[in-house]
Amino acid sequence: MKLKTLLASLALSMMAAAVMAQQAPTFSDDATYQGLGGKDGVARISQSFVAYVQKDPRIAEAFKDFDMAQLDARLQAFLCEYSGGPCKYTGQFKDKTMDGKGTVRDMTTVHADMKSTNLQFNAVTECLQQAMVDAGVAPAIQWKLIAKLAPLQRVIVTQ
Amino acid sequence: MTTPTQLAATLLALALCAGSACAQTAPDMGKFLATGGVSQLEGGGGGGLTPWALITGYGTRDSYGGNAHATRVKTQDYALASYGVAVGLFDRVELSLAKQEFSGRLAPLNQLTLRQEIVGIKLKVAGDAVYEQDSALPQVAVGAMYKRDHAVGGLGALGVTSVRQLGAKRDRGTDYYVAATKILFAQSLLLNGTLRATKANQMGLLGFGGDKHDGYQVMPEISAAYLVNRKLVAGVEYRRKPRNLGVDNEKSYYDAFVAYFPTKHVSVTAAYVELGDITVFNTRRQHGLYLSLQAGF
Repeated sequence: MKLKTLLASLALSMMAAAVMAQQAPTFSDDATYQGLGGKDGVARISQSFVAYVQKDPRIAEAFKDFDMAQLDARLQAFLCEYSGGPCKYTGQFKDKTMDGKGTVRDMTTVHADMKSTNLQFNAVTECLQQAMVDAGVAPAIQWKLIAKLAPLQRVIVTQ
Repeated sequence: MTTPTQLAATLLALALCAGSACAQTAPDMGKFLATGGVSQLEGGGGGGLTPWALITGYGTRDSYGGNAHATRVKTQDYALASYGVAVGLFDRVELSLAKQEFSGRLAPLNQLTLRQEIVGIKLKVAGDAVYEQDSALPQVAVGAMYKRDHAVGGLGALGVTSVRQLGAKRDRGTDYYVAATKILFAQSLLLNGTLRATKANQMGLLGFGGDKHDGYQVMPEISAAYLVNRKLVAGVEYRRKPRNLGVDNEKSYYDAFVAYFPTKHVSVTAAYVELGDITVFNTRRQHGLYLSLQAGF
């Protein structure tokens, strides 16, 4: 088999695996989204989360070069989808660190070169949970969102 | 011949300094709050009465964590204290060392003291209770507890200085167990099932094996807990026990507990426990308050 063909099939199967590993979660209702406070609640949580992340010594460094406004906008769409809300996270935004052409950025590709650890994944989750606590989200709803996000550890943590 | 304490200290030193674990890294305190469980009565990580598949401490798989605990149980006629230390390595291996002191409070047993030391080891073999929320598979661990009794105190008038004189076949023994823990964040639940092969009488305080039965039996232990919020867990536990001794119609232990985790450095657990009647010399079913403090990283 030609090297080029081999590499192409490898790349295709890796992408397929990444997509499969990251199937969007399914919901029977939008109770979690409503529990977060709907559109306004998600916006508030996301902005609060971004502030916590920038202050957290365990992960602040990893977000140093990020366009945080873009991250906030993307995160709101992401949280909306991952809580059963009426959104579809496309990842199609431009930002400083990308080629500016609106390439689709899923969780796998965004984190591919970061060598993130479980410590960092947990720290990010703790920042998110603190933001939800600040927003007065009921603990049962906090846990429901965390239940949808936890499996992402598989594709985000590569170290 | 090395004591259990010396053995445990050696194992601990070896484990900590194996490979790259020794030298650089400070403990990373990276696990989520409460996901190391609390310290169970025999010293390891789990609920109050039962070992769980969770590895104690807050070290992630790249690090380590440890803690010390002090527990006191007081019933109408008896008191039980447990003290110990435990360490979790790479969220994979757990080592623990505990001492239990059981004492009588009611005459004529008010001078009675039973003591044992417990060296525990646990190995996580499959699954991850925290991350695998999209799977039905639990986190599974296997473990062993090596237990050794001290001389019996306070029964000198009867000439009794060893648990063997109370019917036990041996004053030392080992429990083996497998535990499966599942955290269902979507339902705010933690569930644990443990199967323990044991010969221990009253956890080993009254020796191992007996005149009625002397062989390993598999005992089930179940815990169910509700994650009230990030820092508060409330649950119930059940632990079945063998009946090896003629002098003890040993009953199952039950409890209802509340565990509070204000930070990753400390937790407090309070419970109402039912220990059943203890020996035929006192037919009163023992129940009371359990209080435990764990401090560590």
